[in-house]
Amino acid sequence: MSGKLFVSGDEAVALAVRQAKPHVIAAYPITPQTIVVERLSDFVEDGSLESQYLYVESEHSAMCACLGASAIGARAFTATSSQGLLYMVEGLHYASGSRFPIVMMNANRSLAAPWSIYNDQRDSLSELECGWIQLYAENAQEAYDTILQAYRIAEDPAVMLPVMVNLDGFVLTHTYELIQMAEQEKVDAYIPYRNFCNKLDLEKPKATCITAGPPYNMEFRYQQHQATLRAAETIRAADREFNEHFGRSYGGLLETYRCEDADAVLVTLGSVAGTARCVVDAYREAGKKVGLLKIRCMRPFPAEETAAALKGAKAVGVLEKDVSFGFEGVVHTNVNSALKEWNVTVPTANYVGGLGGRSISKADIAGIFDGLLSGSLNASETAFVNLRRDICGA
Amino acid sequence: MALNAKTITNQELFYGHKACPGCGAALAIRLALKVLGERAIVVIPPNCMSTVGYIYPHMPVFVNSVIPPFAGTAAVMSGILAGAEAQGLKNYHVVGFAGDGGTADIGLQALSGMIDRNDRAIFICYDNEAYMNTGVQKSSLTPYGMKTTNTPAGKRIHGSQTSKKRMFEIVAAHGIPYAATASVGYPEDFLAKVEKAMNTDGTSYIHVMAPCPTGWGTESDVTVDIGKEAVDCGLWYLAEYEGGEFRLNRDPKEFSSAEAYLKAQSRFSALDENDFARVLQERDEAWARMRRDWKK
Ligand SMILES: Cc1ncc(C[n+]2csc(CCOP(=O)(O)OP(=O)(O)O)c2C)c(N)n1
Ligand code: SF4
Ligand SMILES: [Mg+2]
Repeated sequence: MSGKLFVSGDEAVALAVRQAKPHVIAAYPITPQTIVVERLSDFVEDGSLESQYLYVESEHSAMCACLGASAIGARAFTATSSQGLLYMVEGLHYASGSRFPIVMMNANRSLAAPWSIYNDQRDSLSELECGWIQLYAENAQEAYDTILQAYRIAEDPAVMLPVMVNLDGFVLTHTYELIQMAEQEKVDAYIPYRNFCNKLDLEKPKATCITAGPPYNMEFRYQQHQATLRAAETIRAADREFNEHFGRSYGGLLETYRCEDADAVLVTLGSVAGTARCVVDAYREAGKKVGLLKIRCMRPFPAEETAAALKGAKAVGVLEKDVSFGFEGVVHTNVNSALKEWNVTVPTANYVGGLGGRSISKADIAGIFDGLLSGSLNASETAFVNLRRDICGA
Repeated sequence: MALNAKTITNQELFYGHKACPGCGAALAIRLALKVLGERAIVVIPPNCMSTVGYIYPHMPVFVNSVIPPFAGTAAVMSGILAGAEAQGLKNYHVVGFAGDGGTADIGLQALSGMIDRNDRAIFICYDNEAYMNTGVQKSSLTPYGMKTTNTPAGKRIHGSQTSKKRMFEIVAAHGIPYAATASVGYPEDFLAKVEKAMNTDGTSYIHVMAPCPTGWGTESDVTVDIGKEAVDCGLWYLAEYEGGEFRLNRDPKEFSSAEAYLKAQSRFSALDENDFARVLQERDEAWARMRRDWKK
């Protein structure tokens, strides 16, 4: 199974899941995730994947089935998007609160209403508080690799938390790229199945997802918080070990690209980082000092590393595909909080773009860099990138 | 060997919990676990039983258990089963205990999904005819005329205005391998049905009437009597669905007084003569249909 394959982002995910050999897969179709569940059911049918594949009647049940499977110590996988993710939300909190290391792929898609099947990241970014580790992939190779890393992270005994791997809908899920496959023996060695310490046990019965009243509840939450913070080190280790096994790495929780002496840095996440990379290269060639900070992990948030990476910049732009209505983009809020926490003073501006599938072009990003370099930042107002001002009264 | 008071195990797997005295639901779980044994894996969604059963660190359910999301009992059961199968576990039973609300309302979709997959698990609905845990509100299994906290019994409206959803038949309509109704008032019948469910190769469902002294307005020492009375007066029934056929397990020649059954419970205190007539008419129509269409 090693070698190179020309596949879509969704297919890359399905191929990685096959190699991770989950005991249980439960998923419900939703565009643009569907290809993942289709391929996985093909693999089960052709015998190349031995998972128990559950045909559930909703995303709520998909997540519930994963909860049950994980509770009894089974490696579980599900995939969803948008409305489906939101339909699961109750279960997301169960999974993190009871420390079930479920891995889920989420195809980032807009939320109704108004309906749109196209990409933005309002679905996953609205769920930062649900206790899942959130990883974002830039391309199909990273998506494939991140699924494998996700099991390494989730099932680490020091972590035991669910992981959500996010791929931009269509932009990433449905575009084709050449990816390097991993050898199965190496995958087996990288993510060997280990017993979950908290699993139900027929010899020593346990209860899970129990009630904890005021005398105990805070302590469960504290431990959950500590585990999520600890996960940062595991994410770095998982990326290092991945490099040792497979010769690829992504910087752990974030990647800095030509940031060292940059005057202006763009912070973003997901597939648009690829576009930003090209713009950075072009600007660098033209002698303009710009850089890219790609956030790969939104939870746990790499606050210290973000602050360190932005310390030398004169202006920072945060480009994101979501908005917390009535305030600003949530990534911007997180970045600013990190800067404050680590005493880094640098002006930041927030750019909301790509909502409901609006494309973000190199020219859009160049425009952002130009604004940042001009020194005339309007930091108080969230800018909507590529807005059709003529039709919305702006 | 038939299961009865003499032959059933003395082992208790559900005790020391905080349920009200005389709780029919707690009795149903206690009895069922005597049949299913210590290798049962129990799923109890938010309801009275999970509330009184898993307040950390006080764990009075002595078998593996999970509180699933309210709507997800059956899906969590399926997940456990799939996970157990995939790991080659042997000799265990996955069982869910959901209330009437957790079965016929919010849990219906996931239950339907599990029956559709025919997963080998036992779903037991303990029917206390309202959302008791949240303080007695109406569910779709609340009977006509019941006073609940959101269907108050006043001069104008006499409690809940809808009749019980035919949940047992809804389940059967899926073509489930085994389904049954029962009552804690007929414990031997219930035990036998749990045993049958346990040996069913596929999904099984038991709908057990479980009187609730607190919500029904009865004394705590008459739960079993009331559970028996519900069957004897014809407002509940003992039946099975197996191999595609319905069967009435009890077909009383004469019903005891339904009015007396209703009047013994303060939840029906607002019913007048017209209401009694409606209840009796619905009962008789249901029995005429069951007697006509079902085996005896
Ligand atoms: C999604 C969700 N909605 C509502 C509740 C609140 N809730 C908890 S228990 C309960 C009533 C359960 O009624 P039933 O299933 O009949 O069981 P009983 O309490 O009668 O034992 C409700 C509404 C919840 N826990 N979760
Ligand atoms: S309210 Fe009713 S069902 Fe709930 S614990 Fe008390 S008696 Fe049992
Ligand atoms: Mg109830």
